[in-house]
Amino acid sequence: MSDHPEWPLFEVFIRSRQGLEHKHVGSIHAADSRMAIEHARDVYTRRQEGISIWVVRSSEVTASDPADADALFEPARDKVYRHPTFYPIPPEVKNL
Amino acid sequence: MYTQGLDSLGKESLHVASTDTTALEARFQGKIDADEKIEPKDWMPDAYRHTLLRQISQHAHSEIVGMLPEGNWITRAPSLRRKAVLIAKVQDEGGHGMYLYSAAETLGLSRDQMLQQLIAGTAKYSSIFNYPTPTWADVGAIGWLVDGAAIMNQIPICRCSYGPYARAMVRICKEESFHQRQGFEIMMTLARGTPAQKEMAQAALNRWWWPSVMMFGPNDAESKHTAQSIKWKIKRFTNDELRQHFIDVTVPQAEFLGLKVPDPDLKWDAATEHYTFGTIDWTEFQNVLKGNGPCNRERLETRRRAYEDGQWVRDAALAHAQKHKQREAKAA
Repeated sequence: MSDHPEWPLFEVFIRSRQGLEHKHVGSIHAADSRMAIEHARDVYTRRQEGISIWVVRSSEVTASDPADADALFEPARDKVYRHPTFYPIPPEVKNL
Repeated sequence: MYTQGLDSLGKESLHVASTDTTALEARFQGKIDADEKIEPKDWMPDAYRHTLLRQISQHAHSEIVGMLPEGNWITRAPSLRRKAVLIAKVQDEGGHGMYLYSAAETLGLSRDQMLQQLIAGTAKYSSIFNYPTPTWADVGAIGWLVDGAAIMNQIPICRCSYGPYARAMVRICKEESFHQRQGFEIMMTLARGTPAQKEMAQAALNRWWWPSVMMFGPNDAESKHTAQSIKWKIKRFTNDELRQHFIDVTVPQAEFLGLKVPDPDLKWDAATEHYTFGTIDWTEFQNVLKGNGPCNRERLETRRRAYEDGQWVRDAALAHAQKHKQREAKAA
């Protein structure tokens, strides 16, 4: 059976309704991207969970390594001044 | 991300030998104790990975094999409405299998490997699906009792420590309650029908009651994986706790239907506010588990044939896709 290659894997993203972003919901096997859309429709939107589908070959996704997370996200950690709560404003000042 | 988790399991897992495994394990358990989720590329102990792989693939296989006993009645459903409902339900089971295979693949086993393990008989599936469905009432009893027991088992897994499994379970549980209700509706219609129909409903309850009670697995004292699985938050309740809960909620439903639960020892204990029930015949359970149930061979044979008969379709679709890709490349 190993002489029969498996259908490639696709990651599936669904826009649940107009105005919302596409969100990762899982993965699907298909021979090509068109079939992947149809399979994703059957597997992930049987109850009108979506109005638009994106599929991306899983092998095309580059992901960050959780082991590197500390180093990768460290630069944002000490920059509290990026948040509005960092700035004390006297209570009598309005609309700020 | 799903496959990425398979191809490269993260640096930490590659350096286990050279780093302090105990420290990694302590950090892992710390995350679980703090109710944080584990995601595919995070470091995890091998035993955690294997336990999950076994459980999720087994769960996926159960959904797929579970399509067979009910699929048996699609062509003979008593009305167009019942038929449409049953098709939708069986299709959901197939979909649940897909969600679960998708989650299991993130742990490093391909879909094809899992299917081959099922066909080879080296992977297990819930032995409840090795019982036959001789009447239409069995379809009702499966929805009401088997899906009812499954829901009880599955709701706590929505909070499982492994992210992809928990997310798949949330999706499944949302769809599952329709399954149980349509089953109860079938039982209710039969129980309120002619004496022959009521008798048919009772016979189906008699067939499915004990197998459903056994779906929760061996008694806690016999269950070797429970303690570790609870520590890892793969499991949240023990088999006996879930079983008791199932019996407590289901017995009043049977009473409502005017049907009799086939357990002469069943009685309400006002002190504990639980039902006490008769001794479970585990020899039968073990026998079905070993492959000697009424339908074990037939179920596996059906799956094997579906896999082999579908091979040319999978090959042809892939060849077609490759041809198109080449044509597009030439045109560009």
